[in-house]
Order: sequence, then C-alpha cells, then structure tokens
Amino acid sequence: MKIAVCIKRVADMESRFRIAPGGKGVDDAGIKFDMGDFDSYAAEVALQVNEKDGKGEIVAISLGPDVVQETLRKALSMGIDRAVHLKCDAVPFDGLAIARVLAAELQGGAYDLILFGKMSLDSSNGVVGAMTAELLGLPCVTAISKLDIAGGRGTARRELEGAAEIVEFPLPAVLTIDEGFARPRYPSLKGIMAAKKKPLEVKAAQLGEQRVTVGAMALPPERAPGRIVGEGVAAVAEVVRLLQTEAKVL
Amino acid sequence: MSNILAFAEARGGTLRKVALETITAARQLADATGGEVHALLVGAPGIGAQSSQLAAHGADVVVVVEHAAFTYNNPEASAALAADRARAGNYRAILFAASATGRDLAPRVAAKLGVGIVSDVTELALTGDTLTATHPMYAGKMLATVGIIGTPAVVTLRPNRFTPVPNERAGRVEAMPPSGDPGASRVVVKELQQGGGAKLDLGDAPVIVAGGRGLKEARNFALVEELAAAFGNAAVGATRAVTDDGWRPHSDQIGQTGRLVSPDLYVAVGISGAIQHLAGMRTSKTIVAINRDKDAPIFKVADYGIVGDVLEVLPVLTAAVREARKGH
Ligand SMILES: Cc1cc2nc3c(=O)[nH]c(=O)nc-3n(C[C@H](O)[C@H](O)[C@H](O)COP(=O)(O)OP(=O)(O)OC[C@H]3O[C@@H](n4cnc5c(N)ncnc54)[C@H](O)[C@@H]3O)c2cc1C
Ligand SMILES: Nc1ncnc2c1ncn2[C@@H]1O[C@H](COP(=O)(O)O)[C@@H](O)[C@H]1O
Repeated sequence: MKIAVCIKRVADMESRFRIAPGGKGVDDAGIKFDMGDFDSYAAEVALQVNEKDGKGEIVAISLGPDVVQETLRKALSMGIDRAVHLKCDAVPFDGLAIARVLAAELQGGAYDLILFGKMSLDSSNGVVGAMTAELLGLPCVTAISKLDIAGGRGTARRELEGAAEIVEFPLPAVLTIDEGFARPRYPSLKGIMAAKKKPLEVKAAQLGEQRVTVGAMALPPERAPGRIVGEGVAAVAEVVRLLQTEAKVL
Repeated sequence: MSNILAFAEARGGTLRKVALETITAARQLADATGGEVHALLVGAPGIGAQSSQLAAHGADVVVVVEHAAFTYNNPEASAALAADRARAGNYRAILFAASATGRDLAPRVAAKLGVGIVSDVTELALTGDTLTATHPMYAGKMLATVGIIGTPAVVTLRPNRFTPVPNERAGRVEAMPPSGDPGASRVVVKELQQGGGAKLDLGDAPVIVAGGRGLKEARNFALVEELAAAFGNAAVGATRAVTDDGWRPHSDQIGQTGRLVSPDLYVAVGISGAIQHLAGMRTSKTIVAINRDKDAPIFKVADYGIVGDVLEVLPVLTAAVREARKGH
C-alpha cells in the first residue's frame, strides 16, 4: 500500500521548560527534540502494515524549519522509504493552518492510508489528523489502538472512557494512532546507513492565515512540597485523620 | 447575537456527566454576552427524553436529532449535522467535551467550518472579538493562554473542570433532521464494548486509587480494588509499567500517554512517580503516596506520604478507610 505518515518534531517532555523571551512560547535552548511519541507509533504501524503486505511505499511528511530533516532521517532509518520536508520558519499553533499545508501535499498523492499521531504533546491539541481528513474528504478514525486491514477495508479499535468501539471503514482513510500497538522500533545501524541515501524532498510550505495563537505561556501553579507523614502501618491512622480533617476528602 | 452551541454527549441513550459540564460552561459564556445556550442532542430514537436534564443545567434550546443510525457514535453524520446547525445558527462558539468522542468530533466540525479550534481547555472567556482559553501544553508542564479569532470558535473542555451547576431554563425542544442519510456514513461503529461494568470511569471518579509495579504481581491489584471499594466512590488506575505487562487494560493507564485525571483524591500505590505518570495526575487536589523508597519522586508531589511496603500498608489503610466511612 502507499502510506503517508505525518510526523512532528517535538521537544522531549522530560525537559525542564523555561518561558521564552516574549512570553509566548518555551525556550528551545538546551532542549532535546525528537519525533513525537504518537507519531513514532504511527511510523511503526505503517511499517508493519507494509511488512505484512510485502510491498508498497511509505512517505514521511513533516512541516517545520530545517531541523525537522533530522527527524525525517530518523523515520527513514526506521525503514520508511522517502520523506518530504514542508519548509516554514516555525510551526504555528493553529491546527487548521497546519492541516491545510499537509492536505495540500497529500492531495492527489493516491495514498491508501494516511497516518497521524493522535496528538503532538507540545501543542497537546490532537486536532491536525481529523482536520486534514476533513479537508481531503476522506474517512477518518481517530485515536485507534488496534488495526486490521483486509480487502480494501479496515477495522480499528478506539478506547473510550470505560469502553471501546470497534470501527469499520473503507480505504483510502486517515487514521490517528494511540498507544496499544507494538513499541516503535529503534533504527538499526543498517537502517541509519540506508537512510542517508533515501530521498528527502524539500518544498516551501504556504502557511495561510492563523487565527489561533498562543498569547501567553506560563508555568502551572506549583504544588505545595510533598510531605512524608510516617513509616509503615503506623502512619495509616494519621493519614486517615488528615484526609478527614485537613483535606476533607473522607 | 452571541449564542453558544453545546454538544450534549450521550452514550447508550443517556447523557454523560461531561454533557452537563459542557452545558454549564456554555451557560457561563452565554451569560457573559447575553446570548442563549443551544444544546445539540444526538442519538437513537428516544434520546429526546434527556432534554429536561439539559434544560435544568442551562439550555435555552435543545436541538434534538433522533435516528437509528445514531445508536452508536456516528462521527461523520454527527459532525455534518453539527456543522449545518452551526452555519444556520450564527454561533459565537461551539463547545464539546474533551472526551474520546468530543475530541473526535470537534476538529471535524472546525475543519468543515474553516474555523479555529483549541482542545482540552480549563478556562474560557470572551473578550471582544477574541475567545480566550487556558490550554495545558507540553504534557501539562506549561499553561498557555490561547486566543481564537473568528466565529464560531470551536473548543473542547477538559473533563471535571467545569462542575455542572443547576440553572433551570426553558429548554425548548427543537427537532432537527439529520444532514443527509446518517445510515450512509463510511466510518461505522460496529460494536461498543463496555468495560468495567457499573464501575466509575476514571474521568468521573472523585477518588482514584492507582497501582504501579510496586504491587509485584497482577493479583495484588485486588488490594487496590479493595481500597477503591472502601472509598465507595473510587476508580482504579495504573501506570504504564503495569498496563504494558498486561496486569491492567490500557484504558486504565494514567499519564502523558494515558488518561489525564484530576480527582479530589489520588492514592498512588507502589508508583515511582515518573514524569510521564505525573503529567496525568499532578493536578489532583490531594495526593497520597505509598512507596517503600523514601526518595521516590512521587513523594515530591504527595500531600501525604507513607514510606512502607504496600502489601502491608494497603490492608490496614483499607480497613481504616472503611471504618471512617461508616455511616456514609
Ligand atoms: C514516551 C513515554 C510515555 C510514557 N507514558 C506513560 C504514561 O502515560 N503513564 C505512565 O504511568 N507511565 C508512562 N511512561 C512510563 C514511565 O516513564 C514509567 O516507566 C512508569 O510510569 C513507571 O511505572 P511504575 O511507577 O509502576 O514502576 P516503577 O518505576 O518500576 O516504580 C515502582 C515503584 O514501586 C516501589 N515499590 C516496589 N516494591 C514496593 C513495595 N513492596 N511497597 C511499596 N513500594 C514498592 C518502588 O520503590 C518504585 O518506586 C512513559 C514512558 C515514555 C518513555
Ligand atoms: N508540523 C507538523 N508536521 C507534520 N505532522 C504534524 C505537524 N503537526 C502535527 N502533525 C501531525 O498531527 C498530529 C496531531 O497533532 P496536534 O493536532 O498538534 O496534536 C501529530 O501527531 C502529527 O502526526
């Protein structure tokens, strides 16, 4: 099958974030970046679908400044066949603006499957996949944790709060990937070497109007520092008393 | 006019708690602008009976769409009719819950309308032309103030943040036909698997007891379930270490890549407190932690920590909680 995987380069969430000068974003200095967590699952799903099929092509697409090429190379080293860098100065917050650029690239690409992560953790928005699907007029299933493809149709599982849905859809389709699949593979040395020779095409992205913008970035209020009440079963009575009298939750 | 359209989420023919949260948030916005709240209620024939609850929480109008093809979620048809209603109604904002269903529908609707969206919002305000929303980013480590220009602005609301407030309104029922044939959707939900039976969902529970690898074996989760039962209003959660090992289903996972929860009380049992776990629960009002390692990072966020062996402490804590709740 011909599969596209949309990949965002995001900050490592274990970083200690500081607010950037200007107060509207986080400071990139000293922060590590990598492929988004759910995007790496999406890449893994694409690879497994085509490994099972025995043929096909997978294209990784990323919108962003030149540094996203690093992330695309990683995708290539995992086994993805080729990459497209949609070049812009900075990735906007506005999901529709991103979806429009991605849809313009995907349109006419004759993809059987277009995969997204369920969410990028930096934006924590989780909208670009479904928005791109709408713009392309394609069927879309979001946040799936299982997938079967057979005979031009797919069956997916979506986790709901306290329940799950089994969803059927025709191809071509857009899917956004949750956890639940096999862990994304690490690039092998052979994969890393091969990636250097795989095609990575750069195209200028036309970002349109942005109507959703971050006006201010703040650190969330700190929790009061933790307190150890005591050791072992001897501490239980005091904790229960505090839950009743101080926290008033019991 | 500054009317607000609120999607009233239902499952299996009844409203979910997040539906009332969405109406409540819509009421607050509408009151600030002198507009009306229009609830959109979509379901199988008979769903209209839920309208009175929406009126009781502030809906001036309940737009009811009934069709057998809405027995299960029907995202394509629901998004199409929400967008049609939005076009006809000239709304200032369209609100959904940031639930699995709302997060799926909202971006479809926003894209159909070509308007801005922001997800998982914890506060909302209207100022002139701009809708301002507080939106946690970077796995909850940063809080952004996001502005959306243009109407309608589409927003999903973080569950458990907008406490439902009774506020009786007329709730005039308006039947609306589906847009097109909802039976012709390409994406079809074939089956709804109810997990956990009558148990409380993690997003709704005032108390969560969550277990980690410190429990040693899957069967020791019985101790976690007993403590949850002693509270009477608790759900059971887990770390990824535990869901990866198959001790608990993936749907129980709390954290960066699992559920984001914010209960009144979170009891962390044998959990180290990895940053990815904290991302999902650090906004809980009160946190209790039991861990045998006094340097475990979970103690940095725990209001009340007990250093000890969970297998010893849990039964005693369960008995004490049961005792404290006698007469409830
Ligand atoms: C990209 C990514 C995403 C992730 N997303 C999530 C997520 O969403 N949610 C999540 O939870 N994790 C997530 N993780 C995993 C996370 O990093 C941790 O590995 C995980 O949370 C650890 O689970 P744990 O606390 O159960 O286990 P451990 O870290 O092994 O901790 C077990 C704890 O139990 C204590 N203990 C052991 N025996 C006893 C005893 N007898 N009595 C009392 N205490 C005892 C130990 O002192 C220890 O602190 C993610 C990781 C990555 C890389
Ligand atoms: N700049 C980007 N380039 C490529 N894909 C992206 C980009 N931004 C978002 N995506 C995709 O859209 C998904 C959801 O992103 P978001 O709506 O920001 O949470 C991500 O997991 C990616 O698959």
